[in-house]
Amino acid sequence: MNLEYGPEYEDFRAEVIDFCMEYEGISFENTSSKNISRSEWQKILIEKGFIARAIPKEYGGFGGETDIIKSRIIATELSKAKIPGGMGGQGIDMLVPTLLEWGTEEQKQHYIQPTLHGEMIWCQGYSEPNAGSDLASLQTKGELKDGNWVINGQKIWTSTAQYSQMMFCLVRTEPQAPKHSGISFILIPMDTPGIEIRPLVDMTLNAGFNEVFFTDVTVPEGNIVGKRGDGWSVANSVLGHERGSLADPNATMNRLNTLINMMKEETIDGRRLIDIPSYRDRLMQVQGKVMANQAHSLRLLSSKINPGQNVKLGGMIQKLVGTELRHEMEALAIDVLGEIGTLYEETPRLKENGSFQFHYMYFLGLIIGGGTNQIQKNIISERGLGMPKEPKVQEAS
Amino acid sequence: MYFGLSEEQNQFQDYVKKFLSDNVSVDEIRKIANGDDQKLHEDIKSGLMNLGLSSLLIPENYGGLGGDLLSAVSIAQGLGTGVGPISFAGSYVMAPIALSLGGNDDQKDKYLPKIASNEIKFGVGLSEYVAAREDSGIELNKGKASGKALFVIDGDDADFFILSDKGGTMFIVDKNEKGLEIIQLTTVDKTRLYLELNLKNVKAEVLQETENNPFVIQKVIDAGRIILSADSIGASETMIEKAVSYAKERKQFNRVIGSFQAVKHMCAEMAADLEPCYAMLWQAAHSFDHDPDEARLQACQAKSHISEVAKMVSKKATEVHGGMGFTDLLGLHYWFKRIGLNRQILGGPELVREEAAELQGFNQ
Repeated sequence: MNLEYGPEYEDFRAEVIDFCMEYEGISFENTSSKNISRSEWQKILIEKGFIARAIPKEYGGFGGETDIIKSRIIATELSKAKIPGGMGGQGIDMLVPTLLEWGTEEQKQHYIQPTLHGEMIWCQGYSEPNAGSDLASLQTKGELKDGNWVINGQKIWTSTAQYSQMMFCLVRTEPQAPKHSGISFILIPMDTPGIEIRPLVDMTLNAGFNEVFFTDVTVPEGNIVGKRGDGWSVANSVLGHERGSLADPNATMNRLNTLINMMKEETIDGRRLIDIPSYRDRLMQVQGKVMANQAHSLRLLSSKINPGQNVKLGGMIQKLVGTELRHEMEALAIDVLGEIGTLYEETPRLKENGSFQFHYMYFLGLIIGGGTNQIQKNIISERGLGMPKEPKVQEAS
Repeated sequence: MYFGLSEEQNQFQDYVKKFLSDNVSVDEIRKIANGDDQKLHEDIKSGLMNLGLSSLLIPENYGGLGGDLLSAVSIAQGLGTGVGPISFAGSYVMAPIALSLGGNDDQKDKYLPKIASNEIKFGVGLSEYVAAREDSGIELNKGKASGKALFVIDGDDADFFILSDKGGTMFIVDKNEKGLEIIQLTTVDKTRLYLELNLKNVKAEVLQETENNPFVIQKVIDAGRIILSADSIGASETMIEKAVSYAKERKQFNRVIGSFQAVKHMCAEMAADLEPCYAMLWQAAHSFDHDPDEARLQACQAKSHISEVAKMVSKKATEVHGGMGFTDLLGLHYWFKRIGLNRQILGGPELVREEAAELQGFNQ
């Protein structure tokens, strides 16, 4: 066991801390004196190599080596200093790695740089009303006519569709092939005629998702990534990445500290909430889980830099455990606040901007999204514990 | 940066696991638990002791291996996998630490080398310091101890006992000393023996560095809690393995039951909750060895969280086995009971969580 990163990395940490001090108080709000646009900030972070680190310079990245420890140091120090990190989203987190692996040179040149710089926003067109957990049964149809893909069908749960310039979309192009090998990965400009976006309001009352309808949407043949019928493999090469990122340990620790501080400030009959034994015991239970999770993320980090350390099962549980823990933590905050905990939106006596209720619901969304936690349990038991798959049913009644 | 057990620690753990799986089947555990075969029990004890368990935590200048708590954790995990029916937490972890930190030079010279060479054995009873139940509690007066100690750990075949008064002053009592009555307690887990000691004006040899210095007893309790957690993790690991392999074999409705999601999901839940416990355990041991500021909080939280997860695993793994899980024939209950016992010793989850809160100044 050795928890030191070594002098080279401590030097790097010092460099990151200096950077954080230089940009202390930076904000995307117009009202702030240290106002900066998101895409300007994005460029500064790329130039420092704090994000897009391993993406070649010619595509707008930093052009360095992947360094997991440096990434971890950057995330930790930015989070400590409350300095915003780089932009995320489907384009940067999922499409860019996909194009690097599967895209043509022309596609890489055309799409990666504007995506990294936050100038091209992407949405993901995967799920359909009848293809949720069973994603590979998707039916949105793509036909090749006169050198163009003509697309008809419907997508759902499409985050940020209303702000996006582009969609990466799974489309059935080979209706005769078995379901997993009849899908293609196609890039669609969102201003193409025939696309209709309808917002879908979720339980947090945000329109976090949309339904997207396609009627004879026509895009050039060259907008396919990979070959015809390769779409399932193209999509799956980065899906694991999304699952791992749904419950960031730094964010979890910050939320625990918010909860603890709230329990020290709020009172019942003049008694601090943290002084009430039953509340305190629940807090300690959640803290134990958070500590286990923090330690586990160190173990996973270690396995990435020490080949031979096998933590295969450990990686598979992240989405399940991380999202359930956050949901439980926010639920505790609501319970200890009692009636006050039910306040939401614009109202007197609201605590922490209503973020406890928001995250309580939002994380229920994440428990369901990104592969439901029941699907996660199938993956853990089948791929992690070697248990058999459910026998296939010929035709559902 | 490397987070985890070293290659050497993993190997040591594998020896222990292999010894137990080769030599201690459920039938043998049953014989030992029922007290039916003393010779078998002695053979197993000496087989495991030959791996060097008694010298692990004894400093090198006292004839030991000078290992750290993380090494002891790797062994305890291994012992837990096979419900190892031998002493460990008290005799070979808590006692060496108590003597190393709390003893004067003479006391260290007198006892440590003999523990390492397995000539003498210590039992450890500190429950009264953690939480005195019923009429337990010991008073020290001019080198004499009177009172009762409950749930003395690893007291079987012990030549000496390390006990403490309510203030945390620790002392040694010889088993042959006048005024000492030794009473055997029978817990659900008959693979390890716990004692009650009744002391009437018994000669006590105080560990000098522990007088007015609760640091030592707290350190000893932290170590004990971490080792018991390691034992429960080992036991949980085996219960999951047994549940998964049973579910892959047992057929109902013309299918192996492991193909039913109701069963698979129970297995996934056990694995998902247990997996982060390994890292938590190792980090607690690492902090015990190298990061004193974090060590007590981590020991408390590890004891609490791992006890909760192990309890869940012990229940679900039994359920996966259906009716067979409930039988003595299958013997799964030995692991269930080991987890149930470890949970309460040196403070159950609620007690250690309250301590964790106190450490952070949360209850004023």
